[in-house]
Amino acid sequence: MKFRKERLDRGIKARCEDIFALSSYREILYLLLPRVLPVVLLLVFPLLKDIVGLYWEKVLVITCAIALLSLSWDWMASVGLISLGQALFFGVGAYVTGSLNYAFKWSPLLTIPLGTLGGALICTLLLIPVLRLRGVYFAIVTLTLPLLLMRFIETTKILGGTEGLSALTPLPNLWVELYIPVFALLLCLFGFRRLISEDYGLVLQGIRDNDRAVMSGAINIYWFKTEAVFLAALVGSFPGAFMTHYYQFVGMPAFALDYSILPLTASVLGGVGTFAGPTIGAFILVPLSEVLRAFGTLRVVFYSAILIICIVGLPEGVFHFIRRKYHQFERMVEVG
Amino acid sequence: MNETILKVERLNKNFGGVSAIVNVSFEVKKGELLGIIGPNGSGKTTLVNLLTGFVKPDSGRVFYQGIDITGKKPYKIAEMGIARTFQMVKPFYQLSAFKNLIIPLYSSRVRRLRGGMYGDRDDVAIDLLEDVGFERDSFVPYKVASSLPHGYLKRLELARCLALRPELLILDELFSGMSMSEVASTLPIIERLNGEGLTIIMVEHRLKELFRLAHRVIALNFGSKIADGLPGEIMDNEGVKAAYLGSEEEEEDA
Repeated sequence: MKFRKERLDRGIKARCEDIFALSSYREILYLLLPRVLPVVLLLVFPLLKDIVGLYWEKVLVITCAIALLSLSWDWMASVGLISLGQALFFGVGAYVTGSLNYAFKWSPLLTIPLGTLGGALICTLLLIPVLRLRGVYFAIVTLTLPLLLMRFIETTKILGGTEGLSALTPLPNLWVELYIPVFALLLCLFGFRRLISEDYGLVLQGIRDNDRAVMSGAINIYWFKTEAVFLAALVGSFPGAFMTHYYQFVGMPAFALDYSILPLTASVLGGVGTFAGPTIGAFILVPLSEVLRAFGTLRVVFYSAILIICIVGLPEGVFHFIRRKYHQFERMVEVG
Repeated sequence: MNETILKVERLNKNFGGVSAIVNVSFEVKKGELLGIIGPNGSGKTTLVNLLTGFVKPDSGRVFYQGIDITGKKPYKIAEMGIARTFQMVKPFYQLSAFKNLIIPLYSSRVRRLRGGMYGDRDDVAIDLLEDVGFERDSFVPYKVASSLPHGYLKRLELARCLALRPELLILDELFSGMSMSEVASTLPIIERLNGEGLTIIMVEHRLKELFRLAHRVIALNFGSKIADGLPGEIMDNEGVKAAYLGSEEEEEDA
């Protein structure tokens, strides 16, 4: 006798796809819990600093930064631009902020927004010439750009050269350090999720799926791609700008390969194209890498092994897996 | 039917030494339904691509409403009011049928034509789908495009063009892959659109249906225009007969 697994949507799922059909607190809870719970946890975590310790609060800040870069990666991917160089956004944002603060001693309140905006503008201008490229060709250029800028700074010795710029203004207090990244992450996550399902987002997805059809719909796809890259660059430059003041230092590590690879792996691990997936991915990868510090040099081995197991075991991504389990139940049925 | 809407002058295109289009010239009058026929590989789709900016010509000019549009980008040409269907339909598969139309409805052309005041795009999209024969009361307009049968996808492609409110509609083998009944239900839609004053260029393999609809027909062979006239004249044209018979022999050889 043979059995096969059958998956069925929970009745409540069919009803809550239209928000009007919610009829009880139970159903409202079913819909809200997966959204509200992570938000509450994120907001409460900084308050628990005496319990979890300052070390883990700092991990939260770095995690948020990587999560923002992952969101930026996923946003570009939803227009069909596969990037291998989120470090470009991070690094340029960091350097613009750092040099503004170093040169004019402006407060972080001014340099962080300016660095984010300026970084995004510079990155967009750098990427405009290659927006026509697709797939792997675009990816190669994005991979090269941060490395190129890093070597440029090293050889020309501008912006502090290999030493970097140090003794930058610190952030006012711990609460600002902890809550700004959390708020930025939440804003960006829910903003992107909303925007991609608006008419504007449909156009972007259309460009990813069939750019010729979008073009023949009288839409200038290069302009839309430019706008999308600018948004992604804003979200990618912000963590760079923020971390510059957080570390009170900016240097060549801002262009490190980590900032390119981590967002990519976080997105693949979490589930591409959902924005929640890459965020979850970042919240798995970064803390995991901290936990594994105890293993010393073996850390990378364990880290990579876990990553490979996850990707082979859950190729769809963690988020898709959780969502499926949440909305559907499985049972074994007899096959005749 | 006197005003010229499209004028093509001595268009040429080579693909790596192969002449795809050779010295093709013709005019399309406003409100006309022009058919373009030709055996496989005769350059019909290349001609459509040249007219809509997807391929740039080596020489020659295309004038639309008196404006030179040669070598303009596809979105600019579409913006001016030339809409085209693709022979290979490739809708946005994960989107529902009516959401497929949001993309052209988002263009600046549609926003301009509606005078800035923009209503709910979803409603407009459903109306457009009804126009091309998607039953409003059924669930079909709400179905994901990937689950629709080929005939519906072809008509979705037509609706995508109509969303632009075009003045010139170019249909690249709209009927290919459609069943007899699907063709029968699509014919009246084309007739109605043309009756409402829309200029249409139909590139088609189904000669019987085309000859019934078209006011005038152009025949292509090996990239050159071999005949231009009323459907009846084209049907009796010796050159056209030879081109079609010739192509069938070649197909048998292949």
